[in-house]
Amino acid sequence: MAKIIVVTSGKGGVGKTTSSAAISTGLALRGFKTVVIDFDVGLRNLDLVMGCERRVVYDLINVVNGESSLRQSLIKDKRTENLYILPASQTRDKDALTKEGVERVINELRNDFDYIVCDSPAGIEKGAMMALYFSDIAIVVTNPEISSVRDSDRILGILSSKSRRAEQGMDGVVEHLLLTRYSPERVVRGDMLSVEDVKEVLAIPLLGVIPESPAVLRASNSGEPVILDAPSDAGQAYADAVSRLLGETVPFRFIKPQKKGIFRRLFGKAEETTV
Amino acid sequence: MTLVDFLEKLLARSRKGHNTAKLAKERLQIIVSHERKQSSPDFLPLLQQELINVIAKYVKIDKDQVKVELERSGDCSILELNVTLPSSKMEMENTA
Repeated sequence: MAKIIVVTSGKGGVGKTTSSAAISTGLALRGFKTVVIDFDVGLRNLDLVMGCERRVVYDLINVVNGESSLRQSLIKDKRTENLYILPASQTRDKDALTKEGVERVINELRNDFDYIVCDSPAGIEKGAMMALYFSDIAIVVTNPEISSVRDSDRILGILSSKSRRAEQGMDGVVEHLLLTRYSPERVVRGDMLSVEDVKEVLAIPLLGVIPESPAVLRASNSGEPVILDAPSDAGQAYADAVSRLLGETVPFRFIKPQKKGIFRRLFGKAEETTV
Repeated sequence: MTLVDFLEKLLARSRKGHNTAKLAKERLQIIVSHERKQSSPDFLPLLQQELINVIAKYVKIDKDQVKVELERSGDCSILELNVTLPSSKMEMENTA
């Protein structure tokens, strides 16, 4: 029976799709049969980040409406064994998602997979609600920035009141904080909320800290989940997060400023991205 | 620009730039605790229990048949009370 993970945030542009792609790939690399579903109906992008945009034939809405079978709609990842993608529809709107339809799709997937990763759209409208409703585990993607933290808190409130687990009085959704676009240098300067600050406000356990990294844009440019860029800082940070998701204890990296050598001082600037 | 102007500007700049992260955290803590209170009023479970008690005085009802929900939309909140009463047939059987 698959575990259902929602990758959510409330706010847009914080890294939900990047994280969904990286984490689902990470789970598959660890040998778990994983499917990642794009719930952003009308604005799909997971296909691009996963590099399978030209292989989309049928989508989630087709399956919900019974216009195609699940088998026809699932895209098998070409790089990673055990990994499948279910894209969102680009032409419909989010009202095409119904609780009953999504439940049917999830129940069908449940028997065949170890993990179902739901990539939520931004906001708290229908698509986001459908993505989180059936979840067992929530990964709340947050930037160290006030509007993102506030929206994450709102999403946590919704998880504990509007999810299936909440409505049916079951054990609550297991919540994890994934802090992305973190810049230790700016934290030291007092320009950015620290890991501790965000943890204190949201009061949920920390799954990972992904540093602000040029590797993330490079990865989406080339349609390869950043976790496959194994030597990169972001790739390593996602691999650590996946290990923690599987219950392992891994020390946190990339949360302190790097000591820069003379060459990095001189030439490192070009690599840095400004937000 | 005089030297005094320049120094003042410099001072203001350093003051403004001084640990804005701390300021952000303080603002967040205030707004988040405020919004948490709004989203789930503490009195709701108690209200539900008291309503059940009152209704139970007059009609035989199941605890699960009373639903109290507070919905916020824009400027107003709607308190929704849903009570499902047992059919009269069942009630007669119960009293018989």
